[in-house]
Amino acid sequence: MTTSAPRHIISLLMENEAGALSRVAGLFSARGYNIESLTVAVTEDPTLSRMTIVTSGSEAIIEQIIKQLNKLIDVVKVLDLNDGKFIERELMLVKVKATGAFREEMKRMCDIFRGRIIDVADGSFTIELTGSGTKLDAFIESLDKAAILETVRTGASGIGRGDRILKV
Amino acid sequence: MADTPKNSSSKQITGAEILIRCLHEENVEFVFGYPGGAVLHIYDAIYHQDKFKHILVRHEQAALHAADAYSRSTGKVGVALVTSGPGATNAVTGIATAYMDSIPMVIISGQVPTYAIGEDAFQECDTVGITRPCVKHNFLVKDVKDIAATMKKAFYVAASGRPGPVLVDIPKDITADLCKFEYPESVSLRSYNPVTKGHLGQIKKALKLLAEAKRPMVYSGGGVVLGDASAHLIKLIQSMGIPITSTLMGLGGFPASDEKFLGMLGMHGTYEANMAMQECDVLLAVGARFDDRVIGNTKHFLSTPRTIIHIDIDPSSISKRVKIDVPIVGDVKSVLADMNELIATEKPAQNTNALAAWFKQINAWRGKKCLDFKQSDEFIKPQYVIQKLHEVTKGEAFVTSDVGQHQMWAAQYYKFNDPRRWINSGGLGTMGVGLPYAMGVQFAHPNAQVACVTGEGSIQMNIQELSTCAQYHLPIKVIMLNNRYLGMVRQWQEFFYENRYSESYMDSLPDFVKLAEAYGHVGMQITKPSDVEGALKEAFDMKSRFVFLDFITDQKENVFPMIQNGKGLSEMILASDIGAEDL
Repeated sequence: MTTSAPRHIISLLMENEAGALSRVAGLFSARGYNIESLTVAVTEDPTLSRMTIVTSGSEAIIEQIIKQLNKLIDVVKVLDLNDGKFIERELMLVKVKATGAFREEMKRMCDIFRGRIIDVADGSFTIELTGSGTKLDAFIESLDKAAILETVRTGASGIGRGDRILKV
Repeated sequence: MADTPKNSSSKQITGAEILIRCLHEENVEFVFGYPGGAVLHIYDAIYHQDKFKHILVRHEQAALHAADAYSRSTGKVGVALVTSGPGATNAVTGIATAYMDSIPMVIISGQVPTYAIGEDAFQECDTVGITRPCVKHNFLVKDVKDIAATMKKAFYVAASGRPGPVLVDIPKDITADLCKFEYPESVSLRSYNPVTKGHLGQIKKALKLLAEAKRPMVYSGGGVVLGDASAHLIKLIQSMGIPITSTLMGLGGFPASDEKFLGMLGMHGTYEANMAMQECDVLLAVGARFDDRVIGNTKHFLSTPRTIIHIDIDPSSISKRVKIDVPIVGDVKSVLADMNELIATEKPAQNTNALAAWFKQINAWRGKKCLDFKQSDEFIKPQYVIQKLHEVTKGEAFVTSDVGQHQMWAAQYYKFNDPRRWINSGGLGTMGVGLPYAMGVQFAHPNAQVACVTGEGSIQMNIQELSTCAQYHLPIKVIMLNNRYLGMVRQWQEFFYENRYSESYMDSLPDFVKLAEAYGHVGMQITKPSDVEGALKEAFDMKSRFVFLDFITDQKENVFPMIQNGKGLSEMILASDIGAEDL
């Protein structure tokens, strides 16, 4: 993960079967590929799962990753989203301190980043924020470290722009 | 509703019986296995059938290796059956060995009952999880209704595309549950559609490059043997008249006796093969994967420019270690057939003058006589034993080997002219395969001569199979090159660790002759070079007996040529370079 090699978002469709996720995760660890994040959920077709993997590596390594993923028997289709235009989004939940003057400050920061406060307690807010990974990073950066109580991030989901469709 | 088709049953039968019916449908001849708690229903169903023969080994690892060798020597899918827990974990080495060499196998493992999974039950382990990284695919069957379809898929996936082992894990209660049997006629998976036909445009391009090359070279691998493409390869080489080398796994894919064959390449390859591989201007790789033991240091290999064409059924093998200029994804046999057809119709003009000069250069390299060794009156030279083995068996034996020096000598000195005759663990390099490999081959070819070339280190890793060989009266001949060292380890320690022979000497070896006799076999110890040929003849004349030949060989003999780790193909050490003949 420490590599400066280009970041790639790989999208894939796989059979929605027990063990399919571990086949993909196992492939990455067995072959020493980077894995920044991995998200998976069932699609509108309940027999298929859609997975988004954020990885990094040279062109040769990314080519190998795609070939090796295609080789897994459960994998139906693989797409390197970086081959064209795409959109990526990630969801983050942040619990922050919200006491006294902080309460207004937090509300304002949340508005600037188009987040939503989804839980309010005596001393804290929980903020929901969606965007690209860099936007989420920027939000974290802009907060006082001491104010952050907890963060949860989903990892990126990606989709091609316009007519780029990954479907069986 | 008149007749019930052969591949189905109208009445309810048990999961175990369904499994057996599946094996019948797949025309399985042998199942190599070992019983245990979780597979008792299956073994009871085996008791009630006689269409396939079950071979009882002495350790699950041997069951896997035997099934693997059955497959390697026949091209059919090998089948093994083991119980849950330790049965499955013992099988893992055999599965990984088959996976690395792309051998089609179906492994059936018992599992604890579905209701006990996850409760740390007796003899429970996560077999699907443990084997996941070393199988082509695996399945856990959770419903008796799924057994037939899963088995159909398992055989299909194992044998198609780039072959490999497929494991089917079946919980015990599923094998007792009842269901009607219906074997699917065909199978299709939306996620798995291996390519067979190569791209014609690429094939034409490849042919043009080869014809116009000044120094063309073919590098053939295990894919030629596994893909039954030998005849097509021979035709291609004969019509184009270009030189060819082979990997360890590809030996026999092209006849070693042909003058265009330069011998094996790689870490212990011949001088001429490695030099030609380095110096060629157009390289055609067929069913080979440019692995570290074959091309050595990648940077050094690429320091000489050449155009590389690569035919392989597995796209991930292409441009994995070396960038390929002309990739051709497809079944090796189909692609070579297309190439031969194009040659016949288009008769591409070749650069014959350049080719003649190229062969002149190759013959100069051959002049090094890199496989020459000095014969001794005192010590048995291991190379000499293999040469004599080749003579006595007229080059027609099936030869299995273990892993180490003896394996390299067998590869170098037994000149294989036919595919599927040389059976060894190339990828994983598994010591202990030799004897169970010989078993699998002998079952598949009961009347053939089967020699197991081994060392005193390797043979002890599955020595218990001497018992299996006795039970089934297998007339295998064990050719043990006994140098009282873990020879290859010792060789590396001599070269790279200043003769510090750390743990590579084996003290307290058994009396192998008595050991063989204890199992009811014939044992012979040979200590003099002059007795080698006679002993081999005597052994092979005992056509119905298992003979264990313990050759006490020169302790210090090394395998040459040798490329050190990290060095390039043209940076070989030859026996003549270091005065090895004086040792």
